[in-house]
Amino acid sequence: MTHDTPYEGLSDESDDHRWAFGTGFTDPLEGIDTSVPPGVDSAALGAYCLMLGDDALVYSHRLQQWMTHMPELEEETAIANIALDLLGQARMLLARAGKTDGRSEDELAYFRNEPDFRNVRLVEHHDADFAELVARLLVFSTWRLALFESLAASKDPVLAAIAGKGVKELTYHRDYAAQWVVRLGDGTELSHAKLQAALAAFWAMVDELFRPHEVEAALPGVAVDSAALRDAFDVVLDTVFATAGVERPDRAPMAAVAGRTGRDGLHTEALGYLLAELQSVARSHPDATW
Amino acid sequence: MVDVWTVAAQTPDPELPMLTLADLGILRDVREDGGTVVATITPTYSGCPAMREISLDLRHRLQQAGYADVTVRTQLAPAWSTDWITEDGRRKLAGAGIAPPNPLGQHTGRIPLTLTARPAAVNCPQCGSSDTQQTAAYSGTACKALYRCTDCSDPFEYVKEI
Repeated sequence: MTHDTPYEGLSDESDDHRWAFGTGFTDPLEGIDTSVPPGVDSAALGAYCLMLGDDALVYSHRLQQWMTHMPELEEETAIANIALDLLGQARMLLARAGKTDGRSEDELAYFRNEPDFRNVRLVEHHDADFAELVARLLVFSTWRLALFESLAASKDPVLAAIAGKGVKELTYHRDYAAQWVVRLGDGTELSHAKLQAALAAFWAMVDELFRPHEVEAALPGVAVDSAALRDAFDVVLDTVFATAGVERPDRAPMAAVAGRTGRDGLHTEALGYLLAELQSVARSHPDATW
Repeated sequence: MVDVWTVAAQTPDPELPMLTLADLGILRDVREDGGTVVATITPTYSGCPAMREISLDLRHRLQQAGYADVTVRTQLAPAWSTDWITEDGRRKLAGAGIAPPNPLGQHTGRIPLTLTARPAAVNCPQCGSSDTQQTAAYSGTACKALYRCTDCSDPFEYVKEI
């Protein structure tokens, strides 16, 4: 196959010639039966996929911001690959969400504002240092792995399949983060202190992960009850903390505002800056083509 | 004309070109129905950036073999596992200096936490020694880890079991 320019090769055999974003991307759910199972609330299913998709999209972007700043090349490839796994999960979940209301994956990722994002607030923040990176990754991947393990039995076959794949990836993410938390916690006086400070920095946002939501309640047998994940999460964290010799921080949970949290579109200031970067090219050049 | 499965199966993987799609275990189904060929592939990882390349390569290969109308579909479940890499595939990986994956561990209940490198034993694809150590949990791609052989000092990649 030859082309006059490399650009033609990129857009080859695809109707999607937009270059700024989504170049030649095919639908990650192409050929998969995405009809909503009978008896399942389609709008709630879309909202639920958006929650889980936004968690992965926003956190993947935060991890990508670490690129070229990691202490060693080996850790850089690890975080790049973890971010890529999460981006893949986000793409499938956003595509699933979009199929319930006719929006594309790109519209959802690039053309929504902060109040329309449904991610938990834990994933919005820039990590202050490497200790905070691995500590937050441990919390996020331990929680998401527990969630996906349960979600793999969802009555929605598409969600179940996405979760079943994600479980394998998240297992490696959690192990990677846990091993670093142990190294830092059980390392020098300085690494121990930095890890303990890192945990304290975001611990107020951990409770939100286990807060039940009306969207979950509207999807019996399809969605996972967030509150039911707490025990599995605590068992893993207690093991890692005991091995690392660190204490679980004693922090009051960050409050909901008028009953709303990240899952309801109530975010911290950090999300706006993140989205400004994530969305800037697509918004500056909407529908740009080769 | 070679049968349609064989044509599709011989397509090389873009990231591990020593393997065919069939060796890697990502070609799920190839069906010819009234002049249309439908090939079904599954991603190794959720974020696999090669899915589009694989799909285009498959289509071109089938078209060159005389099948004009080709559709490539994705299938997610059951999720791909390294246990699906064929014996041939494992030999080819080792021949290219990449340690093939160990069998996937079994567990009941919640997935156990692992605080050490796994698996403990990976044989060096160069000298065969089992005296090796992991140097990084990830490598150039998500599916591989970096190892080093303590006997022959060679660094090598290991395809992680998933």
